Amino acid sequence: MERTLRDWRAITVFVGPALLLFVVILVVPIVWSLGYTLTEGSVIAGFHFVGLSNYVRLAQDPAFWSALWFSVKYAVLVSAGQVFFGLMLALLYSFYLKRSSVLVRTLVFLPVVLPTVAVAQLFVKLFAIAPQYGFLNSFLHAVHLDDLVQPWLGQGGSAFWVIVVMDVWKAMGLYAVLLYTGLMDIPEDTLEAARLDGAHGWKLTQFIILPLLTPVIVTSLIFSLNGTLKVFDSVLALTGGGPGTSTTPLTLYMYKTSFSYSQYGYGSTIAVALTLLCMIVSLIIIRRSREN
Amino acid sequence: MTRIAPAPLAERSGRPHPLAERLQSVPLFVIVALVLVVTVYPLVWMLLSSFKTADEFSGGVIWALPRTFSFDNFVRAWTVGKMNLYFVNSLLSVIPSLALVILMGVGAAFGLEIMRWRLKTSVSLLFLLGIMIPIQMVLLPLFTMYFRAHLLDTRWALILTYTAFGLPTTIFFLTGYFRNFAREIIEAAVVDGATIYQVFWKVVLPMVMNSVVTVALVQFFFMWNDLLVSLTFINNPDLRTIQAGLLNFAGQYGQREWGPTFASVTLAVAPTVIVYLLLNQKIMKGLTAGAVKG
Repeated sequence: MERTLRDWRAITVFVGPALLLFVVILVVPIVWSLGYTLTEGSVIAGFHFVGLSNYVRLAQDPAFWSALWFSVKYAVLVSAGQVFFGLMLALLYSFYLKRSSVLVRTLVFLPVVLPTVAVAQLFVKLFAIAPQYGFLNSFLHAVHLDDLVQPWLGQGGSAFWVIVVMDVWKAMGLYAVLLYTGLMDIPEDTLEAARLDGAHGWKLTQFIILPLLTPVIVTSLIFSLNGTLKVFDSVLALTGGGPGTSTTPLTLYMYKTSFSYSQYGYGSTIAVALTLLCMIVSLIIIRRSREN
Repeated sequence: MTRIAPAPLAERSGRPHPLAERLQSVPLFVIVALVLVVTVYPLVWMLLSSFKTADEFSGGVIWALPRTFSFDNFVRAWTVGKMNLYFVNSLLSVIPSLALVILMGVGAAFGLEIMRWRLKTSVSLLFLLGIMIPIQMVLLPLFTMYFRAHLLDTRWALILTYTAFGLPTTIFFLTGYFRNFAREIIEAAVVDGATIYQVFWKVVLPMVMNSVVTVALVQFFFMWNDLLVSLTFINNPDLRTIQAGLLNFAGQYGQREWGPTFASVTLAVAPTVIVYLLLNQKIMKGLTAGAVKG
């Protein structure tokens, strides 16, 4: 028995291929990328060593700071939105629709699996102004609010909100199911006892359900932040980062620096900053939730 | 996130939340109807708009029903928009990647969870690292590697990348499953004289088939919906996958030609919608399980 399960040849056969591919395609490039941050150039032009100057440039680059600010602002708002609406939906499923919520759950979850590029094209048409009014502008026109008709995606401010609305719309069904599962794990006796003590509706939610659901909410937030900090497809397909650079997150700034301007060194430096940001966020939230 | 401490009694008997009170007086079916409209209507609008002619867009009301159900827009998206080509390209990179990620992932999860060796914890942690790393971190070195190996503008670049990036979540999900696996069954098979490979193929694999399908579905959505990887490594228009192709098509024609654009978007979402409608419970379970563990 022992010998069969300790057979190193078999272990190599089972784990070897996956480990090899993973190391070559992911682990080596991570180290390689760190090396790139100390150089200047590209695969075509060749590389030369420049020390820490990319990091100095990063610290002084206003475009980097505005991309960072966009990423953080977007991630916080979208994660909060996804989890908040997910929670509202989960409460709706479990306390109003009860067991018959399967159909609603399934339909609200549908946008989760749709390709982001396709959803973005749909939202472009919802918010369009030219060559003709899209859905929202047509509606505003129909109810005689023509003052409000505007190029929603052509202005940095409103374009930001279109991206936020789209990504909340797309993912809230996932968090609804996640939190609904958490709600289902709360023992019925606990709720019954609270009801006997006179807790109903909002009070029951506030004092019994939310505290018990906190671990699931924290998990959802971590998962959501982890995804939203890496936002790329939504922005590229909706606004391309524009108008100007007003809706450019770190991911897109890194992409343009690397592939439009062929600056591998500086592109890698931005990528390192993004990776650190993702890790810091995860670690902070995990520690906070442990303290609680 | 601060945890809400139980409030003192005086506060509990305070006035109820005004918003909550107002919400409770709204009929339930109104709320449910609103939720369904917000979620489903944009997709219905997209589908209906796919049948509209150019005149209907410029002259009619944007939410009017199409006058005829002609498939002209779909035909144009499929041929002029090259959606037929993009579909094939996506399939040819996604299917091999799926097969590889499942084969390697199940093997690795089995080796990491069931087999006994010294470094298995470290190797598991290494795979776990892959979940946290944003793909941007490795894009440039990969580009260099594929460039030097002459793999840029080939499907291999996509297959290798999709497979490697699919491994961490696949392995993570399956090791969780193997952890609760009845070891007595494996031990009984070994005592009966089966080799470890026979145990894997004949005992373990059939038993985990259900989880494998779930993982495969989750991975399918990640790969099929990918934009970043295919945008980076594929330059040749004839090799574009569906998302990159759609982005390009909508950018070129999307402004002027609304009908074909809606049709191409409908075509792009169709496979995912069909798969989802057939297997929704499994997919929901798979995607949320990933979230709980991630």
